[in-house]
Amino acid sequence: MDTIIENELVRELANTHGRSRESLMPILQDLVVHNRFLSKQDMIDVARELDISAADVYGTATFYSFLDTEVRGKYVIRICKTISCAMKGKNEILGTIEEILKVKLGETTPDRKFSLLEANCIGWCHKAPAMLINDTPYTELTPRKVTEILREYIKN
Amino acid sequence: MSSQHVKRVDLIFEKIECRDVLKKIVDMEPDAISQEILDSDLKGRGGAGFPTGLKWRFAAKEKESIKYIICNADEGEPGTFKDREILDQVPGKVFCGMAIAGKAIGAKMGYVYLRGEYKFLIPKLNKELIEFHKTMDEFNQNFRIQIRLGSGAYICGEESALFESMEGKRGEPRNKPPYPTTSGLFGKPTVINNVETLVHTVMIMNYGAAHFRELGTKDSRGSKVFSISGDTPKAGIYELELGMTVDEFVNDFGDGDTKAVQVGGASGFCVPRKKFDETIIGFEGVPTGGSMKLFNSSRSMYNVLHNYLDFFTEESCGQCTPCRVGCQQLLKGVEAVKQGEKNSKYLDELVKLAKTMKRASKCGLGQSVGNAFGSIVENFKEEIIY
Repeated sequence: MDTIIENELVRELANTHGRSRESLMPILQDLVVHNRFLSKQDMIDVARELDISAADVYGTATFYSFLDTEVRGKYVIRICKTISCAMKGKNEILGTIEEILKVKLGETTPDRKFSLLEANCIGWCHKAPAMLINDTPYTELTPRKVTEILREYIKN
Repeated sequence: MSSQHVKRVDLIFEKIECRDVLKKIVDMEPDAISQEILDSDLKGRGGAGFPTGLKWRFAAKEKESIKYIICNADEGEPGTFKDREILDQVPGKVFCGMAIAGKAIGAKMGYVYLRGEYKFLIPKLNKELIEFHKTMDEFNQNFRIQIRLGSGAYICGEESALFESMEGKRGEPRNKPPYPTTSGLFGKPTVINNVETLVHTVMIMNYGAAHFRELGTKDSRGSKVFSISGDTPKAGIYELELGMTVDEFVNDFGDGDTKAVQVGGASGFCVPRKKFDETIIGFEGVPTGGSMKLFNSSRSMYNVLHNYLDFFTEESCGQCTPCRVGCQQLLKGVEAVKQGEKNSKYLDELVKLAKTMKRASKCGLGQSVGNAFGSIVENFKEEIIY
């Protein structure tokens, strides 16, 4: 049954964005919004819908760090690791999150609620350290601040 | 330390009536628009510094019926965050700049390629876009703008990689020539400008080229929005007149203990204290897309270099060997020297490798890794070795 549901989503997205090659990115991006990652089946279905090879879909998807092809949680946390954030205590923030969520960098919680990842410069250097939770940026993080932010997400 | 401030400018974020500018340009000859921009001497604000008016004129000369304007909002250079602020504060001016460029080259379609990290801006941009299109209709202009999102790839800020990405492919840079003004998005003549560049064109059409030229120097006219971060009590976004020295900059923005400034992000140059005086921030000295990162004496320049190399190793698209393998070897190499597995002479080999990358890499990414590498190794050799 799962496959059929996924197919419907892919078809719906292709109806919205079109079926030409340039529709591929918007479709994959929206699939990630829905499922937080691109499953093998989803990519095959997209290929069929756009009439291109599955290898092309996979090749494109794996080029982009936000188009995850591994299972991700409902909330994907990406902590900026580039120089300003590294200078302003990014490791401390990372350690705090690891402790709260009981996962290591790169892992997803068993309930698939959170994934903890790093990102290259996300454009908040003057308010370092910074992170994204899905699309929302959080800046000037401290261990206390990040604890409060996560507490809200855990409640939801 | 002098308390003198570098001159602040308020053009980019100045709230103006874009309608008035658009009203003025709809009746202008396309070539007169390019000429005004050429007269201003505006150079691209993304970092490369190509004369904007010239780019527009090249595209205008192409005899294709379909042409495109692209606003490059894939701001990914470490230490750069000004375009986000511009899109957040004055999105209408960005769209207005795209309409001006469209009129100048004869394009009916514009795209904003926004980096995925800035997706949170989309609702605001879409709202502003509705207003913009209403104004276009009012003036009987059929120029339209759409927003496209990136998905976390630094290389897509490179113009031809950006086209590939918009075409639904891996963001791998193309060979040049042909240049975008001849064959860009979907093979059509395309003008691709940085966010800030487009807003400058609005202000030039509003106040005239002469007004723009009053600021800056012979080689670097006008003002520039700087993204300032690192060891500074005044981190943030500032529009400053071009032509200051690093020394003047540090007197204004440093914490009193600045030992180096990285101008232009990870792909830019590291300027050590002893060269602050002689180094001009601009196209005659060290150019920058706006990233200014200050480091004080508590910082290890090895850590800075390592961070940059780690960044490039991940963000290299992997298409050409000099860049893909070069980035990896530079990273491994400095680690080996630091751990004493290789002696200090090995650094000279690595500098040679970085120079080879500059010559042999396909695009700006691989070509510019050597900028930070060479300037950090040259000026902070002891910190890299010991």
